[in-house]
Amino acid sequence: MKANHNKKVKVPLTVEQKIKRRTFISFGAFAALGTGAVTGWNWLLKAPEETPGITGGTRVPLRRALNKTELFFRNFFSNKHLVKTYPIADAAKTPRVNSLIGIEDDENFDILNWKLTIKLRNQKDQYINIEALKALPKTEIVYDFKCVEGWDEIQHWAGVKLSDFLAHFKLEEEAKKQYMGLETPNGAYYVGLERESILHPQTLLAYEMNGKPISIDHGAPLRLIVPVKYGIKNLKRIGIMSFSDSRPKDYWAEQGYDYYSGL
Amino acid sequence: MKVIKEKHSLLMRWTHWVNFPVLAVMIWSGLFIYWANDAYGISIFGFSLIKFFPEWFYNYFHISARLAEGMAFHFLFMWFFFINGLLYILYTIFSGAWRELLPNKHSFKEAWLVLLHDLHIRKTIPPQKKYNAAQRIAYTAIILMGIGSVVTGLAIYKPVQFYWLCWLCGGYHFARILHFALTIGYVFFFLIHIVQVVLAGWNNFRAVVAGFEVTEEQPQLKHEAVIIEKTEDQDESKS
Repeated sequence: MKANHNKKVKVPLTVEQKIKRRTFISFGAFAALGTGAVTGWNWLLKAPEETPGITGGTRVPLRRALNKTELFFRNFFSNKHLVKTYPIADAAKTPRVNSLIGIEDDENFDILNWKLTIKLRNQKDQYINIEALKALPKTEIVYDFKCVEGWDEIQHWAGVKLSDFLAHFKLEEEAKKQYMGLETPNGAYYVGLERESILHPQTLLAYEMNGKPISIDHGAPLRLIVPVKYGIKNLKRIGIMSFSDSRPKDYWAEQGYDYYSGL
Repeated sequence: MKVIKEKHSLLMRWTHWVNFPVLAVMIWSGLFIYWANDAYGISIFGFSLIKFFPEWFYNYFHISARLAEGMAFHFLFMWFFFINGLLYILYTIFSGAWRELLPNKHSFKEAWLVLLHDLHIRKTIPPQKKYNAAQRIAYTAIILMGIGSVVTGLAIYKPVQFYWLCWLCGGYHFARILHFALTIGYVFFFLIHIVQVVLAGWNNFRAVVAGFEVTEEQPQLKHEAVIIEKTEDQDESKS
């Protein structure tokens, strides 16, 4: 038996045997890896949805990937990277209205009594009216507004630079916190923005569109224009501003979108 | 007699088969992104020739809004697509395999002859090494397309931070169109590739999984050393 076994090992394989053996091993490994890939894919497809909170609506592993990817790409962010600007003549005459959440669902809104409310920790709320904002230096921008859906449009906006606003109203200390939260007066639409984007030199609190006061549908009397973000972050009709070190709630991040949504 | 001939390295096979499902997921999730704003079509002098995905398509398949889901998948699998592609390119450069892949000065003329041969118009095919001239062009082009997808993808993903890439791709609009057109290119490549693989047969297919192919070789064509080695076998068969 023993001798026979040894002999068996020593006999060199014929070409045919070699072909068979290598084919078998390779296809076996191929099938095993393929099964592994299919299993992994099914795991991802059936992965549980995240618990609704600041973000929601997507599978847990995908949310983790979105957040990690955000951290990677934030390394490339710089306030020296400016959005391309265009001549005023290129701007759309009747800019597209895509969403009216926080506007059409607010019947009690009275534009004449509007004030921007600033929520401050351990202090009384601060109120700022539109005249006080218009008294600050005006900044204009004509740029390509980009929607997360894929369309884009060259639009002309004007208002006060957010960084100028923070400096003038002595909010710079507050703004050292990592995030700013904005909400419509009825709280139906809300966004969170990280500090770098707030301080970007092209980020505006806008009150004019195409040289005229902003229309109701475009967010009168004051809206956010943040060109380093998709349109979903450009909140219309700002009611409340707040600051925090953790992510403020964000309407579309709750619906499965990337919280960062930066460009 | 049959001889085992090594054809595809393990890394080439690995990256090939990883790329296949990853690219499929990228196209699938990319369609969810595209369908959120289905704007592209081909028109000549204002006359619309093709509208990608007409209205009946959406109605028939009940395509609901899955933009957020599409983006989440797209921005995860882009990493696998990029790393896998980078691995292949680095390997091809450093192993010297690029010599068998890149088209040379004869390739463009020979590719025409290969095409005629494949269409059964011409009987003979120019002598070839690992890849024939048409394959060299096609497989080099697909790598360039992959690079193109990554570059145009980055340009539309972060058009402000990578403004120079966006500029290089001809602006946001054009980069988006290129990104879309490349996808159509992959689909065409895939269709032709499958037909060619089926026609080429088992030996060729096995090589992309197992790495080797089996060739019939005449002993006198073989290297001298091998002939000496094999003399015994021949004597045996004669007797």
